Amino acid sequence: MTGSAVDEQPLKRRVGNGVLPRVLGRLASAVLVLFAAASATFFAQALLPGDRATLLLNQRTGQTEARSDEELAPIRAEYGFDDPILVQYADYLGGLLSGRLGVSYQMHQPVEALIAEQIPATLLLTVTALAVAWVLTLVWTIATTRRSSRIDAIGSGVETVAAGLPPYWLGVILLVVFALGLGWFPVIGGSEAARLVLPALTLGIPLAGFMGQATRAAFERALEQPFVTSARMRGMSDLGVRVRHVLRHAALPGITLSGWALGSLISGAVIVETIFARPGIGRVLVSAVNSRDLPVVGGIVIVVALVYVVVNLLVDLAYSGVDPRLATE
Amino acid sequence: MTATAAPPLSRTRRTPSPTLLLSLLVVAFFLAAAIIPGVLATHDPLQFDLVAALQSPSLSHLAGTDEAGRDLYSRIIFGTRESLSIGLGATALSLAIALVLGVAAGLGGRVVDAIVSRSLDVLFAFPMLLVALLFVAAFGPSPATLVLAVGIGTAPGYARMIRGQVLAVCTSPYVEAAHAVGHSSWRVLRQHIVPNAVRPLVAVATLSIGQSIVWASGLSFLGLGVAPPSPEWGALLDAGRAYMTHAWWLEVLPGLAIVLLALAVTTIGRHLQQRLEGHRA
Amino acid sequence: MSLTLDPATTRIPDASATGYLVEDLSVTFPGSTAPTVQGVSLALAPGRCLALVGESGSGKSVTARTLVGLTGAGASVRARRLELDGRDLSGLRDRQWRGIRGQRVGFVLQDALVSLDPLRPVGREIEEALRLHGWGDRAARRRKVIDLLSAVGVPEPELRAKQRPDELSGGLRQRALIASALALSPGVIIADEPTTALDVTVQAQVLDLLEAAKRRGAALLLISHDLAVVSRLADDIAVMRDGRIVEQGTAREVLSAPSHEYTRALIDAVPSAHTRGSRLAPHVPIVVHEPGPGERRDPRGGPVLAAEGLVKRFPGPGRTSRTAVDGVSFSLAPGETLGIVGESGSGKSTVARMALALTEPDAGRVLLHGQPWTEASRGIRRPLRREITAVYQDPLSSFDPRWTVERIIADSVAAPTRERSARVDELLDWVGLPRGVRERHPLTLSGGQRQRVAIARALAPRPSVMVLDEAVSALDVSIQAQVLDLLGALQQQLGVSYLFISHDLGVVHHVSDRVLVMKDGRVVEHGDADTVFTAPQQPYTQQLVASLPRLERSAPSKGTA
Repeated sequence: MTGSAVDEQPLKRRVGNGVLPRVLGRLASAVLVLFAAASATFFAQALLPGDRATLLLNQRTGQTEARSDEELAPIRAEYGFDDPILVQYADYLGGLLSGRLGVSYQMHQPVEALIAEQIPATLLLTVTALAVAWVLTLVWTIATTRRSSRIDAIGSGVETVAAGLPPYWLGVILLVVFALGLGWFPVIGGSEAARLVLPALTLGIPLAGFMGQATRAAFERALEQPFVTSARMRGMSDLGVRVRHVLRHAALPGITLSGWALGSLISGAVIVETIFARPGIGRVLVSAVNSRDLPVVGGIVIVVALVYVVVNLLVDLAYSGVDPRLATE
Repeated sequence: MTATAAPPLSRTRRTPSPTLLLSLLVVAFFLAAAIIPGVLATHDPLQFDLVAALQSPSLSHLAGTDEAGRDLYSRIIFGTRESLSIGLGATALSLAIALVLGVAAGLGGRVVDAIVSRSLDVLFAFPMLLVALLFVAAFGPSPATLVLAVGIGTAPGYARMIRGQVLAVCTSPYVEAAHAVGHSSWRVLRQHIVPNAVRPLVAVATLSIGQSIVWASGLSFLGLGVAPPSPEWGALLDAGRAYMTHAWWLEVLPGLAIVLLALAVTTIGRHLQQRLEGHRA
Repeated sequence: MSLTLDPATTRIPDASATGYLVEDLSVTFPGSTAPTVQGVSLALAPGRCLALVGESGSGKSVTARTLVGLTGAGASVRARRLELDGRDLSGLRDRQWRGIRGQRVGFVLQDALVSLDPLRPVGREIEEALRLHGWGDRAARRRKVIDLLSAVGVPEPELRAKQRPDELSGGLRQRALIASALALSPGVIIADEPTTALDVTVQAQVLDLLEAAKRRGAALLLISHDLAVVSRLADDIAVMRDGRIVEQGTAREVLSAPSHEYTRALIDAVPSAHTRGSRLAPHVPIVVHEPGPGERRDPRGGPVLAAEGLVKRFPGPGRTSRTAVDGVSFSLAPGETLGIVGESGSGKSTVARMALALTEPDAGRVLLHGQPWTEASRGIRRPLRREITAVYQDPLSSFDPRWTVERIIADSVAAPTRERSARVDELLDWVGLPRGVRERHPLTLSGGQRQRVAIARALAPRPSVMVLDEAVSALDVSIQAQVLDLLGALQQQLGVSYLFISHDLGVVHHVSDRVLVMKDGRVVEHGDADTVFTAPQQPYTQQLVASLPRLERSAPSKGTA
């Protein structure tokens, strides 16, 4: 039952002691993630049942028939399907290092070019949705947590419902109500900004519900801390306490979730781009999966893993910014 | 710091909240729909009636009709079994994988833990839907693929949770106290670790069913799961997409079934979770 | 410890500051039938210290919070008079209350590690107090923060202001917390358990600071459960119980001639040098049971437990390691109590874990009944474990959350299943619990009852040694007294030896035959309890004993210095 200070000597600032190993550890695990993603997609392509050359040829011609070796030989040579599997694997990894993700079966076009063309639209959508989710979460939590038992119950009830809304359904509802019914937003056409509103809300609202649940729990915990009482005893107002002290503590789980959230937003983008007929890698992915265009699917998986890794490094930095205890531990 | 005052002697038994009762009712309804759809349905879900095509909800067709004049309400009822089966199947698969990985990591010592935890970190880099899509791309769309895809896609999150739970129980003072009394490791595992680590899983499993149904329907909605003639809920959504602009009910109402069931199941899961936690704190 | 409250930065409260005047204050929370605070009257004058003393749930903290308008949501507050510096406080708006908090009244809470925002530098917390009341511009506030920190005796204030609470030692951050409460030289200081959870040496520094503020003319309201702490500072004492003040008077009157039986019981319950060998709660009966055949341990023979040169290192940051325990040796005779006392981080709990063979020592060994214990294989150790059992600070976490009291105790009984039930009844009798608690879950028991269950469990295998690691530290003083009495009676009856670990010098002195004083993993002094505590040889022990607040007793039963 005694304080946790080890001794009466003031502890020296321990900056630099743990930062470098942590960053190196992060980078190592990032490389590991990308390597695993690349391997998984390669072996998924190479070891699947069915002959890849046949699949490829049939996809290009839109037919489904057995092919003779004469027909397949040039394709096998072009794609190196005849090489030993490990050679193909090494070629694939080597290609990745120089930014090549393979060639689409269906469109006969480099996968990296296809993705580069489509990914800006998806990133715009997901980042906007993440921002929407953060704004909704923060405002909602500050406004409703522990205000009165009724407001608090409404607050967390709305969060639960929001978190449970599947994006494909929410998207349809928003489209039916605000675009078709009220006509506030264009169904097709219109400015870039106007086209972005409904899809971003479709993705942002369920995420806000989800992050809101974590934030609310942390907010409640923080409100009970003695330092909050200390601040009130200094003469701080309730809103001041919430914004200046509690919010920072409550934001920590949300920040941790953000890395994961961007991944789930890309998942959601697949659905939302389909509903709202937006361009983006989501739609490319759906059509690639439909036609079993494995290089495209694999390429997108790798790129999404890359985005995840980069975002999580950023999240880590943001976290140490908000909670400086980590930087010195 | 001083001890708290003596709590009241009797264990407080609160009356269940209206939300919980409502949730139980919703789940009971859908369970009935899955087991005895013929009793709850008002029409034959496959009966074409082109005269009555695309009618909005009315007393004779509670949820309206689709482009072939089939009664949507009856189709939703008859789709329950498949949607629920896929959700349960995916949950079972997901928890089975998670249990093996989580317990291995929690009990297997430092090396096993490091390997499993690293692998889970890697899996986290792939959003759940992407993993599922990779499976569909590889094996082609079918209900079995859906179970496999959703089950494997959701497993890492639960595996990490179970690992944490096992570790927390293993390092808890009561497990140490049991060791200190001189009980064998096997007895401690059987008496304390397994029951306490597995207990929260009941709630997790419940929460997971709702999520699995939502995701599986999402794949069907994209045309990558169960194909449209089936009344599976996601397939209904997929089929209705073409008529969205002038027959809103084809999209909104099957979706409502999904949302209602998922919310009800989630509410029950939360309630279970709180009860279990309340027991401890 | 130099205490220089610089007159340049601490203004003497002006003449209009007359302090608090409270008459017939009652507080009722929604949903509860009885008022939490009822009919409380008190006066708090400049330059004086009023101590509000009571156990948990007595309503003392609620009273303190009500004085600054932070009683809690929905609470109904009534008072015939509630005045600060002659101004009526009833019906103030939140904005007006905020003007009082921090400016007219400074509030100090316990442990600064949690009472200062852990994510912000302490300087900003102090500056916040100034900023909220519109004091000066930014640059002036910065300078003032440095002045305030040096005024409360923080060395290198420029550097410390930029550090967070977790980067400061316990003493420094507590000073920073006090600086934030004193920033605007409030006429009234309310300190709610300001020394609880602090090591005794830090505790002494905090009390010195509060005393200095009082001498400069502040009115001080000190809230504490600890009579010894209170006796050092208080001019007046009010004793609270169940929301009422049961006794109020000058410190001298209340402590030396208590008129209310509760006050007397409270004073008697404080363990110290004077209470050795006597009961702390004589009014609470202990039913003594005759031990069965073979139950009582033979008081003769060699040491039951012996430690030889124990060393334990833990990995520290980077590749360094921290030596938690360094060359600790001791022996424990049958029926004897050996106390281990030390501040947090002294390594005393690690010693306990090694004695229980739950942590392997890096060097040295422990012998149980003269046989290898820590060095023995797990298979040999297992049947011997019933010889040495433990009671921890937090009994609840050491019980399987699914189990009832009966199952918890029966699980440790080394007897055939048929005889277990009778044995559980017997053990419940011994620890003074009604047999009716058998079917209950520990969660539904009070703190004292839970600790009795833990003791019953520890007794169940008929051990020769019990390790008591801060076993009474979390209990209210009157409950602590009863549990200590129980432990004493059990030792007398059963002849069991105790390894008693605590940070509380009074408790250790009360129970121990011999003591070890630990600091930074080493034993700095050991010997007979009376000798060590009354005539300490080592500077550290002397400092420790000097820091310990002592209660001036009414009836000096023994003529010790």
